[in-house]
Amino acid sequence: MTVHRPEGLSDVFMEPTEAPTSTPPTLPTLGLVGWLRWAWRQLTSMRVALLLLMLLAVAAVPGTVWPQRAQDTAKVATYISDHPTTGPWLDRLGFFDVYSSVWFSAIYLLLFVSLVGCILPRTKVHLAGVRGRPPRAPRRFARFPAQGSGSVAVSPAQAAEDSVAVLRRGWRWLPFVPTYRVDTRDEGGGTWSVSAERGYLRETGNLVFHLALVGLLISVATGQVLHYRGQAIVVQGRGFANAQVDYDTFEQGTAYSPSSLVPFTLRLDEFESRFDPETLQSRDFTAHVTLTNPGEEPTEETIKVNHPLDAGGAKVYLQGNGYAPDLTVHDAAGQIAFSGPTPFLPQDEVYTSRGVLKVPDVSGDQEQIGIVGYLLPTAQEVGEDLYRSIDPQPTDPLLVLSVWSGNLGLDTGVPQNVYELDEARMTQAIDADGTTVTLYVRPGETVDLPDGLGTLTFNGLPRYVALDLRHDPALPFVLVFALLAFAGLATSLFAPRRRLWLRFAPGGAEDTGRTVVTAAGLARGDDVGLQPELDRVLAATLAPTDDGPPAAPRGPTSGESTP
Amino acid sequence: MTTGDLSTLLVWGAATAFTVALIAFSTDLARIAERAQRRVPELATAGAAPARGARPATAVSGSEEQSAPGRSVRAEGIARSTTLLGLLMLFAGIVLRGIAAGRWPTANMYEFTIVGVFVAVLVLTVVQRRRIIAFVGVLVMGMAVLALVLALNAFFIQADQVQPALQSYWLIIHVGVAITATGIFTVAFAASVLQVLKSYREEAADAPAVSVGPSGEPVAASASSAATSSARRSDRFRRVVSGRRFGWLEQVPGSRELEAMSFRLNAIAFVLWTLTLIGGAIWAEHAWGRYWGWDPKEVGTFVAWVVYAAYLHARTTRGWSGRRAAYFVFVGYAVVLANFTVVNLVVTGKHSYSGV
Ligand code: HEM
Repeated sequence: MTVHRPEGLSDVFMEPTEAPTSTPPTLPTLGLVGWLRWAWRQLTSMRVALLLLMLLAVAAVPGTVWPQRAQDTAKVATYISDHPTTGPWLDRLGFFDVYSSVWFSAIYLLLFVSLVGCILPRTKVHLAGVRGRPPRAPRRFARFPAQGSGSVAVSPAQAAEDSVAVLRRGWRWLPFVPTYRVDTRDEGGGTWSVSAERGYLRETGNLVFHLALVGLLISVATGQVLHYRGQAIVVQGRGFANAQVDYDTFEQGTAYSPSSLVPFTLRLDEFESRFDPETLQSRDFTAHVTLTNPGEEPTEETIKVNHPLDAGGAKVYLQGNGYAPDLTVHDAAGQIAFSGPTPFLPQDEVYTSRGVLKVPDVSGDQEQIGIVGYLLPTAQEVGEDLYRSIDPQPTDPLLVLSVWSGNLGLDTGVPQNVYELDEARMTQAIDADGTTVTLYVRPGETVDLPDGLGTLTFNGLPRYVALDLRHDPALPFVLVFALLAFAGLATSLFAPRRRLWLRFAPGGAEDTGRTVVTAAGLARGDDVGLQPELDRVLAATLAPTDDGPPAAPRGPTSGESTP
Repeated sequence: MTTGDLSTLLVWGAATAFTVALIAFSTDLARIAERAQRRVPELATAGAAPARGARPATAVSGSEEQSAPGRSVRAEGIARSTTLLGLLMLFAGIVLRGIAAGRWPTANMYEFTIVGVFVAVLVLTVVQRRRIIAFVGVLVMGMAVLALVLALNAFFIQADQVQPALQSYWLIIHVGVAITATGIFTVAFAASVLQVLKSYREEAADAPAVSVGPSGEPVAASASSAATSSARRSDRFRRVVSGRRFGWLEQVPGSRELEAMSFRLNAIAFVLWTLTLIGGAIWAEHAWGRYWGWDPKEVGTFVAWVVYAAYLHARTTRGWSGRRAAYFVFVGYAVVLANFTVVNLVVTGKHSYSGV
């Protein structure tokens, strides 16, 4: 279906950018400038925009097919080692960093260049259109999608004036805002014409939408440069100070300096959790914290999922929670080699949690100690020496641990994951009968470590929260541009844009003394309301000029407005 | 019986009512097709090929009931009333589900599906309030029944409270809007399918008319040149569509009108989809600490959005409007469906709230 394109109306109302592509330039005479101009025209044509849009859609897909570094580095590493031939190639081609890859960026950047190249000229035309007069009536009305005619017993000038009054009338619910901008012209020979146009908002909305997308992209990019984000684990009763050293992970944009972190402190006073008693699904998590901004009194705050806390220009999100058994290890010499809470990571709905305790600072030449194991918040014995957790709440906590000794490998210079034990230079403790040693420890208990390594005391079971701290000064801009884009989009899709023309000519031989009225209408895109509106205007213009509402609907045609 | 059970029962009831409506729509369609098969040769011998005009739907010549030749008034009546009955039951089922769970009922795949079906059928009813287009009815009802049965058997979980991440008013805005958009996309998709079939048929009927008629008309000229270029590829398909078996297409509104209907629905749904995207991002900012993270569901939503944006652009690009634009609708709708099914059930991401 092609939109009807009557003569001589190639302005912003029509599709303007197509002409250049349909005339292939003569290549030899082009020269560099010519080529550039040609390339620019291509790039800013609708056809290429369409192509780039589809490319963008296709290019976004691999990011869900292959694991992405930005989300899960470990998964990517596993994938590459599982696929030794294809893996490295996919890596080189950016399939594990799709959304920051050269090709993905190239597509959206080209798309935005195309968008700007397309929109700026249109903005200019539109501004001129808004300031100028509605376009003069075309000579012939025959090929327009909406038409009408009639005659009236007043002079052409008078009839034209009547129609202007009809067109200027506002909406029924907004009577003071005229629907149409109207322009009257004397065409000579006693003939008058009236041009009317409405719906400048439609084009305005369209331009706002596209420009807002550019604004959105720029805001997002600015945020990337100025942001920081970090994770910190805070144990009940302990504090967190907002400095880079206190973060477990910290990542910043190129223009952010960690020295400008606001030095507030945060203490986790209490953590509340609630679970459904039957399904054991989580129902509520609340962290009660004390926030101390520099130079201010401490305040009590809460952080919940969906309710982050604002602190020092950053937002603090409750991202996870768990248990951090408070443990003390005495070495063989009886010295305290380790003491403090150790966060264990929950593995399932009932908070079966895995943790690692690394004890490098043993006295003398004793071997270093590594302890690995599970915490069961509510332990139930399901077999001989076989336990599982049946409830996420700590009603009967139990630690199930195995013990290693040797060299923890902490001084090799290779950064270590605190939740993994590097077993390369360690040996696991075994019994006299050759089975591995498993320790079962309940709160308050102290057990001997095997092989005379020392003792382990389970002092208590505080909770911890995993907090995400994020600062992005561009956030309000992102939101504003997104909403602008939305508003522009809705306007451009739903505000009708129409042009109506009426011509008033002195009647010929049969109609002497009367004025022959012809009318035509044009809309942008498909507009089922066009013909009914033309009919309405025509009817009101032709109606005897009494004071009744001339906008009497004419039955059959207005019924077409809905399919 | 608990409130939750009653809700499930009502949803089953709705599925049953929709099945009856589906049968009624199919009967109607079959009647029209049967009648059309008998009429086509008549027309051919009379030499009165249906003229292509602004409103081909009424262009069929003949003295029979102009508006609805062949359609079964009885079947349409049954279709209308059972659709309405099903809608009422489904609505009651949704409300009771919300009461049973003690929250807004759009938190998992089951609830998403039943509400989505409700919206789709509601839109269908609104679109068809004046004139029933049996084909669209069959397509939408078929999908509705399939979705409901799938929801009841595969996606069902007990009505319950939700986890902290979902305890937000955004569950209402973001998910509600997403469901509504999906429902509207569904009906628009059905209209586009019909548009493509119809336009092939019109083209076949048109081909001689162009060579005979005045050639100054740019519409006809571009349509026919597009036809010759793609002729070889779709020749067989066109022959099938223009054959007797698709005679019922004569009773369907013109492809131009169907395109306009599909566009209007798609435009509304696209705006709602945009709102879904923005609302999702705002919610993600609250719940996950970032507004965008290329999570699989986010990617799917983004891809669908881009495809529908391409559709809107295609409509205004010369050479891409009409049937070609409709292909974008097919792709876009496929992405929407995949975003709901594949991403929820196969891919792991932050959006794993289906409960299945
Ligand atoms: C940029 C962020 C987001 C985008 C683009 C997005 C997109 C979508 C879309 C398109 C749907 C409906 C279609 C479908 O399910 O396939 C949907 C459903 C849903 N969204 Fe989001 N969303 C976002 C963020 C969120 C957040 C932050 C939450 C909650 C914490 C959330 C919760 C849900 C739920 C519960 C559903 C319906 C249930 C279901 O998928 O089965 N979404 N989302």
